[in-house]
Amino acid sequence: MAQDAAISKGFDANSFDGGAALACTGLACLRGGRMLFRGVTFNLSAGEALHVTGPNGLGKSSLIRVLAGLLPAYAGEVTATGRMALADEKVALDAGQPLARALMHWTRLDGSADADVTGALAGVDLAHLADVPVRFLSTGQRKRALLARISLSRAGIWLLDEPANGLDTASIARLGMLMERHRAGGGIVLAASHQPLPLDGAQTLPLADFVPAPEAEEPA
Amino acid sequence: MIAALGTLIRRELMLAFGLGGGARGSAGFVMPIIFFLAVATIYPFAVGPDAQLLGRTGGGVIWVAALLASILPIDRLVQADVDQGMIDQYVVRGLSEELIALAKTIGHWLSFGPPLMLAAVISAGLLGQSAEQLMIVEIGLACATPALAALGVMIAALTAGLRHGAALGGLLLLPLAVPLLIFGAGSLTPGSQNGLLLLAAASLLLTVICPIAAGAAIRAGRE
Repeated sequence: MAQDAAISKGFDANSFDGGAALACTGLACLRGGRMLFRGVTFNLSAGEALHVTGPNGLGKSSLIRVLAGLLPAYAGEVTATGRMALADEKVALDAGQPLARALMHWTRLDGSADADVTGALAGVDLAHLADVPVRFLSTGQRKRALLARISLSRAGIWLLDEPANGLDTASIARLGMLMERHRAGGGIVLAASHQPLPLDGAQTLPLADFVPAPEAEEPA
Repeated sequence: MIAALGTLIRRELMLAFGLGGGARGSAGFVMPIIFFLAVATIYPFAVGPDAQLLGRTGGGVIWVAALLASILPIDRLVQADVDQGMIDQYVVRGLSEELIALAKTIGHWLSFGPPLMLAAVISAGLLGQSAEQLMIVEIGLACATPALAALGVMIAALTAGLRHGAALGGLLLLPLAVPLLIFGAGSLTPGSQNGLLLLAAASLLLTVICPIAAGAAIRAGRE
């Protein structure tokens, strides 16, 4: 792809310092008096990926939030080397701002150059919408804008919650390319999704295996 | 850390002044100021054009109007950022909730304090205040508006996610702001120089404590 070549030449936002690593042991999450999962253990080193599978409502999003430090773990431990980037259902881009300027808020915090925004937008095929306010974007376009935000984050660990939701076939292929390039650069991808993801050679973690049976539930 | 604080404040100002069309409605800082001027405008209609009465009570009206105006922006300060996922993203980047609250306080004050102090000049004219009285009001507002901004952010953080949070916010702010009102309006009484000192002390206390409380409230609200 010509577009792809342009990106790899001028845009190197995937770069980050040091090899990433993410591990957790015996992770458990208690929400609203209910044990969502327990004993979740995995170990990811640079370049590896993990696909957390399971039907809706099982606690995939909670697992991601626990890993990101947004929810306390009921038990267990998370060890992360490198910064994290989180993509959940919230786009976190100011609706009234033009897309490129909304992304620049995050590039300023993440220490990437404003110029990288153009490349990242091209990577998700949104370059032509850089000046359009975020509120005018469609669901799929917002999702792609979110992926641009992740690829700009310079974080070693990508935590993606249902990254393929609302994306068409071409965009899912682009998502696969972004994740592959991130892993090739020594990054880690942890994605939770009920649907298949373009993640070659990824470990899978069926979260259902870690959901305790109702009678085994601990008192809240 | 300081660079991150600057970036956060920059965004708060961009939203408040409606640059590039803020998510919180364009130029959100205008409404409280218009409200403040409206209160000052209707007061003479209610009590009549007696210059002596206006001169004696006008300073107090400016203070009450300032307090009421500070309620208006509360509902847009924190809730929108929680809904949008901005706060989560800050936290994932290792920014503390207290730093977020501090940035919001500084950004809110910059879009609220100075415009209010400008509008107070107009109000003082409408309410027949002398130049000396206006000077004391302005010094008082300079002292009190950081505390009003900090209180606003704290209450916005506390009520984020609650239904009818906006109405509750007003009820919470008024009692907490009473010390500012008492010392601020009290400093207008001739021969009471201590009012401003006590006002500055009360304001300093609130301005320091509120971002810490707001940070804790944001953290607790994430559960």
